[in-house]
Amino acid sequence: MASISRDDVAHVARLARLELTEAELELFTAQLAAVLEHAADVEALDVGDVPPTMHPYPLRNVLREDEVRPGVDRDEVLLQAPAAESGRFRVPPILGEEP
Amino acid sequence: MTAREIAEAVRSKQRSAREVVDEHLSRIDERESELHAFNLVLADEARAAASAIDERVAAGEDPGPLAGVPVALKDNFATRGIPTTCSSLILEGWRPPYDATVVDRLRTAGAIVIGKTNLDEFAMGSSTENSAFGPTRNPHDITRVPGGSSGGSAAAVAAGFSPLGFGSDTGGSIRQPAALCGVVGLKPTYGRVSRYGLVAFASSLDQIGPFSNTVDDAALALEIIAGHDPADTTSIPEPVPAYSESLREDVEGLRVGVISEFLAAEGLAPDVAQRVHAAADALARAGAKVDDASVPSTIYGLSAYYLIAPAEASSNLARYDGVRYGLRVDAPTTGEMNTKTRTEGFGAEVKRRIMLGTYALSAGYYDAYYGKAQRVRTLILRDFERAYENFDVLIGPTAPATAFAFGAKADPLAMYLNDVFTIPSNLSGHPAMSVPFGVGDDGLPIGVQVLAPALGEAVMLRVAAALERAA
Repeated sequence: MASISRDDVAHVARLARLELTEAELELFTAQLAAVLEHAADVEALDVGDVPPTMHPYPLRNVLREDEVRPGVDRDEVLLQAPAAESGRFRVPPILGEEP
Repeated sequence: MTAREIAEAVRSKQRSAREVVDEHLSRIDERESELHAFNLVLADEARAAASAIDERVAAGEDPGPLAGVPVALKDNFATRGIPTTCSSLILEGWRPPYDATVVDRLRTAGAIVIGKTNLDEFAMGSSTENSAFGPTRNPHDITRVPGGSSGGSAAAVAAGFSPLGFGSDTGGSIRQPAALCGVVGLKPTYGRVSRYGLVAFASSLDQIGPFSNTVDDAALALEIIAGHDPADTTSIPEPVPAYSESLREDVEGLRVGVISEFLAAEGLAPDVAQRVHAAADALARAGAKVDDASVPSTIYGLSAYYLIAPAEASSNLARYDGVRYGLRVDAPTTGEMNTKTRTEGFGAEVKRRIMLGTYALSAGYYDAYYGKAQRVRTLILRDFERAYENFDVLIGPTAPATAFAFGAKADPLAMYLNDVFTIPSNLSGHPAMSVPFGVGDDGLPIGVQVLAPALGEAVMLRVAAALERAA
């Protein structure tokens, strides 16, 4: 796989909603390339017939009874919000922006 | 005093919980300014909780197996109404509306939360240098790091600030600081301890565990915090054994494998390797059958981890958007507000891992990176299972060397290499722990790691206790 480029890093930063300075862009490109280079050993492995692992214990379809239970208190939650109004989170305008 | 001794003294009215708490608070007063183990010391709350314990004892009640025992919690455990920062500016001032299950269980057992400890921001690091509030210092040498990411809890226990500390271990974040600070640190089987209320880093790897000065205290702490929790869907529905009792058995006849790939690893310091050999000899003298063991695919562990953990982190940390809690940096639109908040709120290492993870999950790379790394986990799991057909436990080094100086691992990859011996157990989900076993050429602590099969905590603790006796 081709090494990560400065443009890739800028693109990824936009996806991750992070703003990078020119110096950070430079530094992160070199550092991410070094980590990905180290990961080339994994990339080179042929593991197509090996299933992925998420958990060492065979758990399947963990379900519970569908019954009403108390949740966290709404007022206590909203107290933590940077801005709240009428029982809701308040945010700056969303409409009219580029997607 | 150990946690068990404190609880016994408090339950039998030989000591008051208030006296125990005051004694620990005065030790914190003496050394906290140079060590910075805590983000927050809960002195008033701890005194009030201690008095409540004493009243219950006076009224003839039993407050539980950890009655009056001060505990230090890593500051990524949700504590209701108490600031929980993850050592990040993005969560500064956040007071969670609920308690983590572990916090609930500790309090129910009579433990007293004495403070929230420092960590690498969002548990990403191996030195606590990535904390937004400044690093923790190693109590054995304040020019050195305590390890990380749970460096604050390790330092707190090593400095005598509390007999028990709690941390989270995603790639070694309990075991590596335990080794560097000369204390016991245990990562249970994935799913053995509830993660409910642990701020998520890499959900398929994160696991909570204890720090202590003795193996017996680690067993006691694990008995309290382990067990099924319906609030965590990955929680294992199996009964919790009486771990403390398994320590009474010796290691006669146990089969112990020394992981040869770990001892052959580049970067392993000779003094650490020497202590692992000494540990193997000590177990052999105690009657164990010791032989070399091979877990070949662990050599891919570091690479797989640095694809999986950042990928999961990039997804988990998407929630910090300035809308529901923590920091908000105002801007004319929500999109700009999200970006400005995240840019100012996250430190460099967190940004680096979010970027790496976003890249590894992005279109065209998912199969090559995250998908492949998840399959490598299976190879590592299978290798361990094969090894456990011939061995009851495995041993190896915990960290490649003793505590390093601040700033010594400025290059991210050099820092990541610190976790090379701890990561495989997170990938396989198996339990592993670090036990202090002597010192290095520089006089600083060295930890030996004991690894066991899934739900093999009892036998692991038994071997750790034998090493403790021989150390």
